[in-house]
Amino acid sequence: MKFRLASSPHQHIRRDTGQVMRLVILAMIPGVLLQTWFFGWGTVIQIGLAVVTAVVTEAAILELRKRDFERALKDYSAVLTAMLLAVSIPPFAPWWVVVIGTFFAICIVKQLYGGLGFNVFNPAMAAYVMLLVSFPVQMTQWLPPVNLAQYSHNFMDALQAVFTGFSVEGFSLAQLKTGIDGVTMATPLDTVKTSLSQGFTYSETIERPIFDSVIPGLGVASSWISLGYLIGGLYLLKQKVINWHIPTSMLAALFICALIMSLVDSDLYPSSIFHLFNGSIIIGAFFIATDPVSASTTNKGRIIFGAAIGIWVYLIREWGGYPDAIAFAVLIMNMAVPLIDYYTRPRTYGHTSTKRKTKNKAQS
Amino acid sequence: MSLGFAILTALLAIGLLALIFGSILGFAAVKFKVESDPLVEQIDHILPQTQCGQCGYPGCKPYAQAIADGDEINKCPPGGDATIKKLADLMGVEAKSLDSAHGTEDVKKVAFIREDECIGCTKCIQACPVDAILGAAKQMHTVITDECTGCDLCVDPCPVDCIDMLPVKDSASSWRWDINTIPIKQVG
Amino acid sequence: MPNNYDDIIEKLDNNQLWDFPGGVFPAERKTLSNQTPIGKLPIPERLFVTVKQHIGVEGHLIVEVGQKVLKGQALTKSMNPFAVPIHAPTSGEVAAIQKHVSAHPSGLPEMTVEIISDQQDKWIQLNPLIDYQSQPKIKVLAAICDAGISGMGGAGFPTHIKSSPKKDVDFLIINGIECEPYITSDDRLMREHAWQIRQGIDVLCHLLKPKQVLIGIENNKPEAIEAMQVACRENPNYRICSVPTKYPAGGEKQLIQVLTNREVPAKGLPMDVGIIMHNVGTCFAISDAVFSGKPLISRVVTVTGEAVEKPSNLWALIGSPVAHLLAHSDYNPKLQKQPNVIMGGPMMGFNVINDKVPVIKTTNCILAPTDTEISSNNEQACIRCSACADACPVSLLPQQLFWHSKAKELDKAQDYNLFDCIECGACAYVCPSEIPLVHYYRIAKSEIRVEQEEKQKSDKARERFEKREARLIAEQHARDEKHRLAAEARKQAMESKGNNAKDKIAAALARAKAKKQAVNIEEETSVSKADLANDVIEAAAPNETTEASATQPTTKVASSNQRVQAAIARAKAKKAAAEAATSNVEVEVPSEVEVEVEVEVEKNNDKVSESIKTETQSKNQSVNAKEPAPHAAKPEPLKPESASSESVSEVTATKTATIAASKKARIAAAVAKAKAKREAQKAAETEQTSKEAPLAEVEDPKTDSSQEPVKTQEQQIDMKKRKIAAAVAKAKAKKAAEKADKSS
Ligand code: SF4
Ligand code: SF4
Ligand code: SF4
Ligand code: SF4
Repeated sequence: MKFRLASSPHQHIRRDTGQVMRLVILAMIPGVLLQTWFFGWGTVIQIGLAVVTAVVTEAAILELRKRDFERALKDYSAVLTAMLLAVSIPPFAPWWVVVIGTFFAICIVKQLYGGLGFNVFNPAMAAYVMLLVSFPVQMTQWLPPVNLAQYSHNFMDALQAVFTGFSVEGFSLAQLKTGIDGVTMATPLDTVKTSLSQGFTYSETIERPIFDSVIPGLGVASSWISLGYLIGGLYLLKQKVINWHIPTSMLAALFICALIMSLVDSDLYPSSIFHLFNGSIIIGAFFIATDPVSASTTNKGRIIFGAAIGIWVYLIREWGGYPDAIAFAVLIMNMAVPLIDYYTRPRTYGHTSTKRKTKNKAQS
Repeated sequence: MSLGFAILTALLAIGLLALIFGSILGFAAVKFKVESDPLVEQIDHILPQTQCGQCGYPGCKPYAQAIADGDEINKCPPGGDATIKKLADLMGVEAKSLDSAHGTEDVKKVAFIREDECIGCTKCIQACPVDAILGAAKQMHTVITDECTGCDLCVDPCPVDCIDMLPVKDSASSWRWDINTIPIKQVG
Repeated sequence: MPNNYDDIIEKLDNNQLWDFPGGVFPAERKTLSNQTPIGKLPIPERLFVTVKQHIGVEGHLIVEVGQKVLKGQALTKSMNPFAVPIHAPTSGEVAAIQKHVSAHPSGLPEMTVEIISDQQDKWIQLNPLIDYQSQPKIKVLAAICDAGISGMGGAGFPTHIKSSPKKDVDFLIINGIECEPYITSDDRLMREHAWQIRQGIDVLCHLLKPKQVLIGIENNKPEAIEAMQVACRENPNYRICSVPTKYPAGGEKQLIQVLTNREVPAKGLPMDVGIIMHNVGTCFAISDAVFSGKPLISRVVTVTGEAVEKPSNLWALIGSPVAHLLAHSDYNPKLQKQPNVIMGGPMMGFNVINDKVPVIKTTNCILAPTDTEISSNNEQACIRCSACADACPVSLLPQQLFWHSKAKELDKAQDYNLFDCIECGACAYVCPSEIPLVHYYRIAKSEIRVEQEEKQKSDKARERFEKREARLIAEQHARDEKHRLAAEARKQAMESKGNNAKDKIAAALARAKAKKQAVNIEEETSVSKADLANDVIEAAAPNETTEASATQPTTKVASSNQRVQAAIARAKAKKAAAEAATSNVEVEVPSEVEVEVEVEVEKNNDKVSESIKTETQSKNQSVNAKEPAPHAAKPEPLKPESASSESVSEVTATKTATIAASKKARIAAAVAKAKAKREAQKAAETEQTSKEAPLAEVEDPKTDSSQEPVKTQEQQIDMKKRKIAAAVAKAKAKKAAEKADKSS
């Protein structure tokens, strides 16, 4: 009779990686629903495509690497990555865009670095940036929110558009992109950026229909969607899946930067609220920057990490070439994580400083 | 005039930059200077000091010298893979597996003299590279277990073959938490 | 110190406490076992009292197998301050003193006194120390030490050492936290024996004179808090602190942090911040020892888990096997896929290796969980979620520690303060990837410890090696010097040959001096005197004619040399026999070969034993110094050609120094033996290549013929002669055996 031998602790909290990931996926649902509401079925189709690609890729690679792929798939991390990528992609982007992107995220960014836990970069964001750089046209074809679009579209339209580039009735993507005022629609961020460069002031710009919402300066769709993700994010906070540090510091940093600049010149620099609720800031703060694998792991480090992302976002938005900047900011800070972690180690109990012990001391 | 001024500024700026970077570099060189032993010493500190000569040199230090002069790093069986890995790190070369021509890695052993059979010939004393054997002519000899490196060199010279190499016993304090290797017979 | 005494008291007065970072909230499950009073157990038939149950040194055993012992009788004692004695938990007989599985995660057997109970439970005479207040402290401490009390909560630090601090004590903290799930032994003890615990605290106060006593109890034990409050009512200096329930609040460092906000420095002791901590169980044991003189021979153990049907707290005798406690609580192993018994709690306890493991002084719980209560091992990759870092009570970064421990980057792990980890298990408890983090740390820690030890050892070895090298060089120099002096002396003597007597005397003097110097040098260099005959020959050869007297002592020791040789011969014979025996077992050659070998060996044995016999008879015979030479020469034709030729030359060499004959003969024997050995090996090797000839070789007639003459000569032959022959014969036997072996 052989007794069981294991190392303590013998008990374990009932929440495994799969559960954590599922919680995150669950928390995305309100945002996704709102996104679908505003941008049509395209989002759902993209998510479906991405998830299938991700799971297939992950299984295939794990099989190649001779790992237990069933168990690894159960951690849902691939699904989560796929979803994050899918919601960042324009809903009517051609199908191969999302497939390539997801494959890149799972295969190159994640598995080639050693799989879950070893990737340096956030897979979804790395893939997003790759797509943005490689296929700038497809990646910037955002549709107008449904209520502003000239032509409405249904699920079949969306499906067709994704796979053929034309809706069922034969409207091209360009047509679908046309808003009710007959102008091709761009995202609020794009709009502001272009009109500012054309010499309009910020306050003139936000008179346009796309900003026709209760709070001036907010794009209708993006503010609602942001709200959806905010709810999910708060739920994650409450569930202790994520810590408050990264979202808070990131939003605060962006807020403060925008505040200072808009105080300097409110005609040229959009308000803080505009920055926070347009584009993918909220989903970025709660779902993307908090990706545990590629974020900083110490509390102090997380604050620095978050704040730096906020600042980078602002810098890129205002002076960089891209209207939205979450992906770039996150990737840049991913690179800095080891450094941040190293210099923000918490003070261990009984030690007077966090200073690294010298080598000799450690050996003595 | 303006041209001369521009050139002057440029020169000044470059000079200033050079000065700044130079002093940073200089400072770094002083501040982060690595105090290092001569290579041979460093190698010698990695070798297990069993002094058994299995590497083909009359002790660890000579082998350390040989490595420093370019010999292979995989000739020391007592050190085994761990030592080879460290040597590889130090020398900046690929770690390879132990050269089996020199022996294989074995469990750690110490010599034990069956004292009632010892005739006090002192031959083992002369063989022992670390003076781990205590005794005088025609007196019973004994091994100072703590000092014995397990080099095996005393076994052959003994005319009455009363030296055994016994594996070092695991004790609770040296136990390495290898739960899965607890032998079944202890369990039963 | 930022947290001075008055600030702390002020905060405590306001019923405020501090907090420690991290921590987890595992399901408590204490109600399983804390509903019923502490039960009694029948005395087990056999008790296994481990000799070393605490941190420190083990005492010397003072009982023998077969001895009758009374309950409470000391089994060990020691003068070492870090030794704590053990006592017989009941009366009975010492059945054995041997290694027995230990209450340690490794289960490695440790020295254990096994006692068979006589079921009478008869106490030894007890010496209480009721008037302890009027006794000198040292006497109270001695009483505590003699009662065998060591910390009963954690690691088992000897209590008397903890109770004799060199500095002033601000706080005496009594740890009644018991933060681990399931365990309720301290809880029940406080509820039922609060009074006695208070008495123990009184004794400690007498010894330590603390400014304040803080009794920390987790707020999930209201009954215990109340009981202690009632018991301590009269002492305004005793303060019961209800500590918020959070694991691991009961860790020594964590409790100190919660109650006083002080931090024990890394590698320091609580005493460094003016704090001493004792466990409630220890207080109870102290009061038992002081007021009734009873040593620590039993303790409260929680037996719980869903695989036992009657979970409860029990008074268990130290040394009771786990099986005894389990049987009493109706353990049902069928509820587990594999028997699984944990000693200690689910967070920090360890699996026992089998149910014969005894209860020791630190055993507070025996947990038999069902499979659903414990986690299965389902390790996945770390996702760097740092849930572990958030849970760590000492603010480590477990994920980094894990990373480096797993990669065996031990110095990096140390950089991340691996050794500050208290192994509380909070990190592994929360890890979503179910990584057994603590296990990795333990492995890394023990590896670091072993590595450091090895490093120390190798440093020492290097030092010794280098010293030896230096000494050998010095010796070499000394010897060269000696030769030079001797040569000079001889030269002088040569030159002065034919000169007058005065010169001769001078020459002789010079020689003597040189000799003396040489001897001195030799002694100085402290090489073992028997740097073998080489040296003697060297020393003797140049002075052959003049220095006869110097070698005379050797004649005297001749007989002892003979003994030595006899020993060699014996050893050889033994070995030969052993070898033959093995060959008998292993060899699967044709039976003739086997027989042949056996016969031969027998013959050898006969011969050797005879030689030994004759030797013992002749021990007192005076040795004729001239004899050895011819006899030593005689073996020549008898030996196998290859071995003999060389050895003969050696043997003939003995003629040159007839006076030191016996010594030389010994050398010859050794050399002959070595030769024979080598020869045998060689032969064996060649044997490998030519497998067809084993029989012929084994039947080598020479082997036999060599024996016959030896036997016939035996009556008059000299001892050394026989030894040589014996060595040769032995070599033969070995050779034969080896051959037989190889050919198989
Ligand atoms: S083989 Fe022996 S002598 Fe050579 S380096 Fe290793 S331990 Fe030293
Ligand atoms: S005692 Fe023997 S095995 Fe040990 S170090 Fe000395 S020679 Fe080597
Ligand atoms: S809790 Fe586990 S998975 Fe999370 S960082 Fe720590 S070790 Fe990694
Ligand atoms: S086991 Fe060590 S690292 Fe883990 S939580 Fe406890 S103290 Fe921290």
